[in-house]
Amino acid sequence: MNLLEIRNLSLTKSGKPLLHDINADIWQGYVHAVIGPNGAGKSTLAQTIMGLSGYRDIQGEIRFEGQPINTLSVDERARLGITLVFQEPARFEGLSVPDFILAGAKEKRSALVDEALRVVGLDPNRYRSRAVDKTLSGGERKRIELASVYAMKPRLLLMDEPDSGVDIDSIQHIFTVIRELKAEGTTVLLITHSGEVLQQADHAFLLCAGQIVDKGPMDRMLDYFNGQCTPCTHVGCPDIDRK
Amino acid sequence: MATNEKEELLAELLASINQHHYGPDVAHIEIHGNEVLGAHLVDGLEVTSESFAEGVRVEIRVRAGTVIAKPVHFCFGIIPDNGVQKIISHTVIEEGAKAQFMAHCTFPNAVNVQHLMDAKIELQKNATLSYFERHIHGPKGGVTIVPKTVVYLDENARYSTEFELIQGAAGVVELDYQGYCEKDAVLDMKARLYGRLNDAIHIREAVQLKGENAVGVLTSHIALKEQAQAIIENEIIAEAPYSRGHVDCKEIVQGEAQARAIPIVFVKDHRAHVTHEAAIGSVDSKQLETLLSRGLTEDEATDLIIKGLLS
Repeated sequence: MNLLEIRNLSLTKSGKPLLHDINADIWQGYVHAVIGPNGAGKSTLAQTIMGLSGYRDIQGEIRFEGQPINTLSVDERARLGITLVFQEPARFEGLSVPDFILAGAKEKRSALVDEALRVVGLDPNRYRSRAVDKTLSGGERKRIELASVYAMKPRLLLMDEPDSGVDIDSIQHIFTVIRELKAEGTTVLLITHSGEVLQQADHAFLLCAGQIVDKGPMDRMLDYFNGQCTPCTHVGCPDIDRK
Repeated sequence: MATNEKEELLAELLASINQHHYGPDVAHIEIHGNEVLGAHLVDGLEVTSESFAEGVRVEIRVRAGTVIAKPVHFCFGIIPDNGVQKIISHTVIEEGAKAQFMAHCTFPNAVNVQHLMDAKIELQKNATLSYFERHIHGPKGGVTIVPKTVVYLDENARYSTEFELIQGAAGVVELDYQGYCEKDAVLDMKARLYGRLNDAIHIREAVQLKGENAVGVLTSHIALKEQAQAIIENEIIAEAPYSRGHVDCKEIVQGEAQARAIPIVFVKDHRAHVTHEAAIGSVDSKQLETLLSRGLTEDEATDLIIKGLLS
């Protein structure tokens, strides 16, 4: 069953085409990945699905559980169960870790804060009294971001470069959360250019120059990271068909 | 004032700050208008007071070497909807003494109230004082508060102060804080305010780093909405070798509110180092989008970001 359907999706910003005629089905309960070179449009796709400012003026249609969501705002999409973890999470001066974790949770109980922190491998006794600010390392910040997602229990989690700026220990905890969320029924869409991250997925799309040029099971799509990219006209020039 | 009338006023004053009872080891002083309603002191703490027409003159002294374990609570306020309260205070923290003061200033029914504070604080060598001042105002403003403080820090003294006005409308605020730091002294000033309606806030925080290795940190975090206006002046003068200073001014401005920040950094010795950071404007878009993507509405997300900034 498709949780999210993308049909003929195109996005142009400042006269530059960023996404072109994308068609994709995101199956419920699966971990999907979007892979591709830098500038291919991977993050743009995630931000467009989330409906962020500057990514709303699209052609085509995005449907969530069969319902068109093109006209919905970010928070309306989030209340349907879609959320996004940014590549570089924002820092909030003074905002406490518990307030941040519970911000999107339906149940505002303090036990959920401890549970979420433990899931991401952080000691509640050390982090409950801290703020989501610049005193956290990149890995800690990313894990707290995921703790907030865990507390929210989204239907569809969009994760932009989950391994960006994190250490080996943190990335393993991030993978654990992805597995936990999947086990609880969350569908995940990973944006990555890492073979290690791709291995957490069941299925992947290869995006190049704003177009999906291949898709398939994770094992086969790993070939992309072994230098065996799908033959296409974009090789070496992502914008070749735009010029 | 009759005894029962005093007791009723005291109870009302304490209720307005959600404080109903203090333990026997906690020092506290309550002043309503120009009258001291209650006082309880602990060893090493001396307080004398004298009333005059519109206020109270207070002398506070913490004896040399005394460490007051629990915060000393001061409650200043006016319960009726109008009146004037002027507090003239002189505080001395003697050599090596340590104390924490918590001042609650409460004007819950204010329509036309003035709270004027003229404070002089002296910290002798190796003394430490932390001073937290929380204001609780009614929802419609109606308060003019003019706290003026001069603080002198002798060698290796430590002074930290926080001024918080988050609950209720600020009204008119004229906060003026001037510090002087001798060798190795550390001064840390924070002001956190939320301006609404037609609130007019003017904050001046200034420190002169006179002695070697002296440190001064000035922080102002302000949120403004509706037609509120704020002017924030932070000034650090570093005139001694190896003195260090930092100014941090952050203001979130919404609606028709206006904010102006004036940082002044004056370094008179090439071995001194002073930094300053300022951010004024709307809520950060990435913070906002993060919270929107958790399902909060824009208003809810903004409130949470402001709550953090002012926490």
